[in-house]
Amino acid sequence: MRSNTRRLAAASLAAVTATALLTACGATSSGQGSGADGNTITLWTHNAGNAGEYKVVQQIVKDFNAGQSTYKVKIQAFPQQSYNDSVVAAASAKKLPCILDSDGPNVPNWAWGGYLAPVDLSGSQVPLSDQLPSTVGTYQGKTYTFGYYDVALTMFARKSVLQANSIRIPTIGKPWTKDEFDAALAKLKAGGKFTYPLEMGTGGAGEWWPYAYSPQLQSFGGDLVDRSQYKTADKAMNGPAAVAWGTWFRSLVTNGYMAQKSGASPNNDFLNGKSAIEWDGSWDAATNSAKLGSDLAVLPPVDFGKGPKIGGASWQWGMSATCSNKAGAQAYLKFSRQTKYFVDFAKAAGTIPATADAAAQIPGYQPGGPYDVFSQEARKFAVVRPVTPAYPFISSVFEKTAKDILAGADVQKSLDQAVQQINSNLKTNRYYAG
Amino acid sequence: MATASNPTRGTGLRRVPGVLLRIVLALFFAFPIVFMLISSFKPDQQIFKDLGSIRAFLPVGHVSLANYRGVFDRVPAMRFLMNSIVISAVTVALGIVVNSMAAFALSRMRWPGRRLLLTLIIATLIVPFETFALPMVWWVNKLPWLQFDGSHLVITEGWLDTYRVQILPFVANAFSVFLFHQYFQSIPKELDEAALMDGASWFGVYRRIIMPLSGPAVATVAILTFLPMWNSYLWPLMVVQDEHLRPVMIGIQYFFQLNVSWGQIMAYSTMITVPVLALFLAFQRAFINSIASSGVKG
Amino acid sequence: MSTTVSARPRPRGTPGGVQRRRERLTAFGMVSPAVVLLLCFLVVPVALAFGLAFTSARLVSPTPAHFVGLENFRLLFHDPVFARSLRNTLVFAAVVVPVQAGFGLALALLVNTKVRGTTFFRTVYFVPVVTSMVVVSLVWLFLYQKTGLVNHLIHSFTFGLVTGPDWLNNPRTSLPAIIFMSVWQGVGFHMVIWLSGLQTIPVELHEAAAIDGADRWARFRSVTWPGLRPTRAFVLITITIDAFRLFTQVNVMTQGGPVDSTSTVVYQAVHTGYDQQQTAYASAISLVFFVIVLAVSLIQRFLTREKD
Repeated sequence: MRSNTRRLAAASLAAVTATALLTACGATSSGQGSGADGNTITLWTHNAGNAGEYKVVQQIVKDFNAGQSTYKVKIQAFPQQSYNDSVVAAASAKKLPCILDSDGPNVPNWAWGGYLAPVDLSGSQVPLSDQLPSTVGTYQGKTYTFGYYDVALTMFARKSVLQANSIRIPTIGKPWTKDEFDAALAKLKAGGKFTYPLEMGTGGAGEWWPYAYSPQLQSFGGDLVDRSQYKTADKAMNGPAAVAWGTWFRSLVTNGYMAQKSGASPNNDFLNGKSAIEWDGSWDAATNSAKLGSDLAVLPPVDFGKGPKIGGASWQWGMSATCSNKAGAQAYLKFSRQTKYFVDFAKAAGTIPATADAAAQIPGYQPGGPYDVFSQEARKFAVVRPVTPAYPFISSVFEKTAKDILAGADVQKSLDQAVQQINSNLKTNRYYAG
Repeated sequence: MATASNPTRGTGLRRVPGVLLRIVLALFFAFPIVFMLISSFKPDQQIFKDLGSIRAFLPVGHVSLANYRGVFDRVPAMRFLMNSIVISAVTVALGIVVNSMAAFALSRMRWPGRRLLLTLIIATLIVPFETFALPMVWWVNKLPWLQFDGSHLVITEGWLDTYRVQILPFVANAFSVFLFHQYFQSIPKELDEAALMDGASWFGVYRRIIMPLSGPAVATVAILTFLPMWNSYLWPLMVVQDEHLRPVMIGIQYFFQLNVSWGQIMAYSTMITVPVLALFLAFQRAFINSIASSGVKG
Repeated sequence: MSTTVSARPRPRGTPGGVQRRRERLTAFGMVSPAVVLLLCFLVVPVALAFGLAFTSARLVSPTPAHFVGLENFRLLFHDPVFARSLRNTLVFAAVVVPVQAGFGLALALLVNTKVRGTTFFRTVYFVPVVTSMVVVSLVWLFLYQKTGLVNHLIHSFTFGLVTGPDWLNNPRTSLPAIIFMSVWQGVGFHMVIWLSGLQTIPVELHEAAAIDGADRWARFRSVTWPGLRPTRAFVLITITIDAFRLFTQVNVMTQGGPVDSTSTVVYQAVHTGYDQQQTAYASAISLVFFVIVLAVSLIQRFLTREKD
């Protein structure tokens, strides 16, 4: 019994100590940077679970660590879906790594928010000027990030199906017009072989929505925001062109051309013959080509009036603003800018190499090769998503609005509401100045 | 063991509808899981082809272990499983001690403010974790910790990238306190009094009398604590940067890369569901049958 | 909640004051670990989060947050999505609480027997509970497709008379679909809780009632139901709070759509807080939500209070 009392006293003491410790903690704060322990530098990538691309990152790091003795880079890989949450949490705890990758359209937001620092890449093997413009992340005149590759939106179809329905196969020089496209869909639908002739991956979520569908809005003549000043979305997103886009978008569902929400694996559905035309990314080209061989038709995007458009910018690399060893981080980034790595990335991820030199070394991407069309599309049709720190908000509003429109919400009203939300966000944030 | 209450012992034909009902219900509850299990052996194309028919539940077509092999190529699955087992088990063990002690003091001892405290503790149930996760990241990053660095104790700051940051915030749990409290109230107070008369301390009453009688409550709390720990996702995402410390749910995200493989998702899901099911099977005996031996009736 | 304790006989030779002081000290020692942990890992971060509701804080921002008073709340009360989310949450809770509690009790009564195979059935009914909600939602996403298995079954069982809707893409059926799936997932847990309650009812009471000639229903009413009183409170509170927290299923399956038909308060809070980076606004949503759920719980506790 005595010992019990003693034990209890000890427990209480422990509790009191814990309380004291906990109350004492708020005061400490580390003002220094993070992401490096001396010359050991941390690198984050979104590639966990994506073995092909991850291996290239590991290879570069291995080569870098072996090639010099000053710095040592340490990798930490995260799954893509939750990568942004991990980065934001780390930033709020001031624990960002020195080197990290970022989805292109988020770069202005991260630069503005103080996550990223501008990088000086002069003297690297591949000059920035060689890159596809959409693979360089800039904000307010400064370069923050660069990517080794880009991706392109494209349409896949079976030549045999198009020919059987006597539908013209479009080319980069002469893409389908809106009327041609609608007529083609009507024919395929009437043919009765396809419940939904068109597959646009409407079952997806997140950044896929603005990436896949805002270029169509732009081809109609609308946009996500007025890019002259980035101070309003009025007219751009709810003007007549935008309403025409919304009406057309919804008509795909009401005409039965497309599922309001497609299945869990759109590309599998296309390959299984469930759909005739698929609006998809160039990353599926290799799979589709392997399965369909010469029957595969790679089609340029439709011209809805203002020319065909696709989204530009994919994953890009930069340096955190809080990095405690900026010299080391820049050394790594410069080192990584070698053509062979551009080649490795594009091969591993099935993406478009960011430079012509790299493209020349990749089967299929040489001028005239079967995938050269993607490079051409990226050069001719790519529009980067609005370069504003407001982009994550705009993206989320657009996703919801487009989904509502597909589900039958009033087009004008939905777009007006989106504009109002975006404008009010711009205003509360004082137009993201500074 | 013989006193499971209200046993309705049917006889002969009268039992048929009851058994049928049980079977239909079993199918109802099991079918999505069977779908998961069966799909884990099929390639993606096959899964999608079979989707609209009964074939989705039958191991037909190209059945293989390829998805399971693929899982190990993508994810350090064993490491994640081990992490989750450690994290969940430690949280459960600490949670049982901490919460039952609090519930004991709240339900069986007299001291000022205990009703108010109980109400306050229950009120904490209301706030969903998602809504304060972000300030919490900032906060745990400021917390100190005592560490032994070989020669002396040092105070370090910041809990990110540790097991403890995945464990300690979830040890105290209002649900568990509430459950223990309810259960303890059903144990006659006379037991305490008799023990105190015999010279036992309050802590002794708790340890030697009340806890041994509380098997079912302990089992319920164990399951109640274990499930959310096993399924925790948002929190480790934010506070664990080191891959070696990640729990199983983060692993699911590894499969949603450009080339989503649903077969592998199903295989991984099966792998992380089986241990929990096994645990429930082990626990449910204690959980449901132990009361009979305890000699306590509400 | 706690019943009054009768005056306790003092142990021999111990003065009452010392005795009571020791009781208090022990009680203090025993609650303090839980209280300290709750303070540190719940009260403090929640207070921080609520504090943000009165500021201009953003998830990503170069400028420090400043105090804006009730501005976020003013915006909130004019936000049609919030109104819709609140309504959806209330509808969800209003359906799920009685259905899941009732269905759980029915299942518990069904498996509270000595029939062979009971353990097997009990385990099968519990399977959805131990399967992670993320996994379950992914599986149901397949099942609910327009040409998916659910509609296939409906079609066969009605001999082709009824063609099921596109469950998750129709604003009229999306919430019911999520409700159905949620009950399916959660009911096993409450079955087990009810079951542990049933087991605390002395078998003699049933036997006595049976001897008195009470039929099954009468026995349920006079013995089982009153015996389940403490369990009832627990089941009710856990389901209610779980129902109000509806998030994961929505996040995986519908992202609040179509046209806000499945948006819930927690989903909206997370969506605005993380995806749209409006930390302060999300905190305001959480704070309002907290007040509402607190009110509901207090009412519930008042209604189910123990009459001494």
